[in-house]
Amino acid sequence: MLSVLTDNWELFRDGFWLTLRLFVVAALLSLVLGTVLAAFRVSPVPALRGIGTGYVNTLRNTPLTLVFAFLFFGAAKMQLSLPTFFWAGVAALTIYTSAFVCEVVRSGINTVSPGQSEAARAVGMTFLQVLTIVVLPQAYRAIVPPLASVLIALLKNTTIAAGFSVLEAGSIPAAMAERGENQMLTLVWITIGFLILITPLVLLQRWAERRTAVA
Amino acid sequence: MRMRNLVATVGVAALALTVGACGKDGTPAASGGGGSTTGECGDLHKFDVATAADVAGSATFTKIKARGNAIVGVKADQPNLGYKDANGKRCGFDIEIARMVSAQLGLDPDKIEYKEIPSANRETAIAGGEIDYYVGSYSITDKRKKLVSFAGPYFVAGQDLLVRKDDTSMDAGKDGLKGKKVCSATGSTPIQKVKDENLTEASNISEFKTYSECVSQLLDNQTDAVTTDDAILKGYAANAPDELRVVGKPFSTEKYGIGLPLADKPLRDKVNAGLEASFGDGTWQKVYDETLGKSGSAGTPPPLEKY
Repeated sequence: MLSVLTDNWELFRDGFWLTLRLFVVAALLSLVLGTVLAAFRVSPVPALRGIGTGYVNTLRNTPLTLVFAFLFFGAAKMQLSLPTFFWAGVAALTIYTSAFVCEVVRSGINTVSPGQSEAARAVGMTFLQVLTIVVLPQAYRAIVPPLASVLIALLKNTTIAAGFSVLEAGSIPAAMAERGENQMLTLVWITIGFLILITPLVLLQRWAERRTAVA
Repeated sequence: MRMRNLVATVGVAALALTVGACGKDGTPAASGGGGSTTGECGDLHKFDVATAADVAGSATFTKIKARGNAIVGVKADQPNLGYKDANGKRCGFDIEIARMVSAQLGLDPDKIEYKEIPSANRETAIAGGEIDYYVGSYSITDKRKKLVSFAGPYFVAGQDLLVRKDDTSMDAGKDGLKGKKVCSATGSTPIQKVKDENLTEASNISEFKTYSECVSQLLDNQTDAVTTDDAILKGYAANAPDELRVVGKPFSTEKYGIGLPLADKPLRDKVNAGLEASFGDGTWQKVYDETLGKSGSAGTPPPLEKY
């Protein structure tokens, strides 16, 4: 069983290394974009609220493969050339994931008592100050578990990129089939690889929960 | 206007995703939107069904005979080779070979039950008796010979390049690839060869799930060449002979065989005899011309390997 891994080590190493990079970059960008969208959705400006709502309602129900296909094939049909495949993949994952991040952050914001923001506004803070200094720090406590789920989903979703010239861990089975290796064992090793990648996320979630705990 | 373009593009993307549309198409087709379909299957070849066919000592044949039809493993996403159109009709060179074998075994080719078996599961499907035989760009290799047996080859393919019709810069074959963008299926042997032999720069290589997606990229100028077996490429070129062509300088040898259960030597001899007959009486040539030959590339029957 071990030989499946050791004989094809460079394939697993390169695949998971790319998965990791894809995940980290897309996660950071999704957190930023998702938080901005959430701010849009609770902002007093109707146009911004409209943009936030429209974005979430459109992309939260769109299959991820379709987002990829749009960026890789639709853009080509519109004569737009792609950035590198890696960045197109990051873009697809970010566009998709930030809709979920947005909703998670917004539900966190809703857990903060309205009295908090009213009080903050009363002392003369702007909307942005209320959000960043008063509301979001309190909201983060409520969103740690669902946000961790979104990030773990993102990590697994990176495998979609394999079909679009981003050769991360999801591309390993195709290459292994071509080499005539055992498919079952290949999948077992890929599962183990993902478990290893998810462990730090789970630990991070526990740490964040402890840190933000009230009592 | 912008919005309409956007909507159309989403539609095209959805189509590319679901049917693996390859951009434009040579034959006008009733179905599909956005001007891009992979074509529909026309009439199939008429084979004379052999009467009183018998294969003494073949367990597989006994099973087929009792059932009254053959169960054949095929591919469904290779136009003019092993293809299933939007109406569920199948056609292509491999399909015709599968039908020919069925007719030679004395069974109505129209009654074949097709099963789409992906490349990775072929050996399991044959050894497990899930299918009677497999016809689907199945290369005869020593490793596979240990698990299944092969009749044929009925076609010798080779890695080649599919390019836009007016692009002559790669006519030298694989040596013309330097600096060119190349596309193939994710993790496939052909793209591995491009990497191993350093035929072009790593940044110029793209890998997609299906060849249809590569062909779409080729038609949209996102890549300069699609590489894999010429049989597959000829199939795409036959669909769009005005836009695409196969360079015709193969740089590998893939012998396509009909996959059969390992122990069934009588059936293999029977299928080999049938192939030999079709090579001699012009049936093979006719079937080739009706399918892959539409690409403009000539084809000749290969010598049989009766191992």
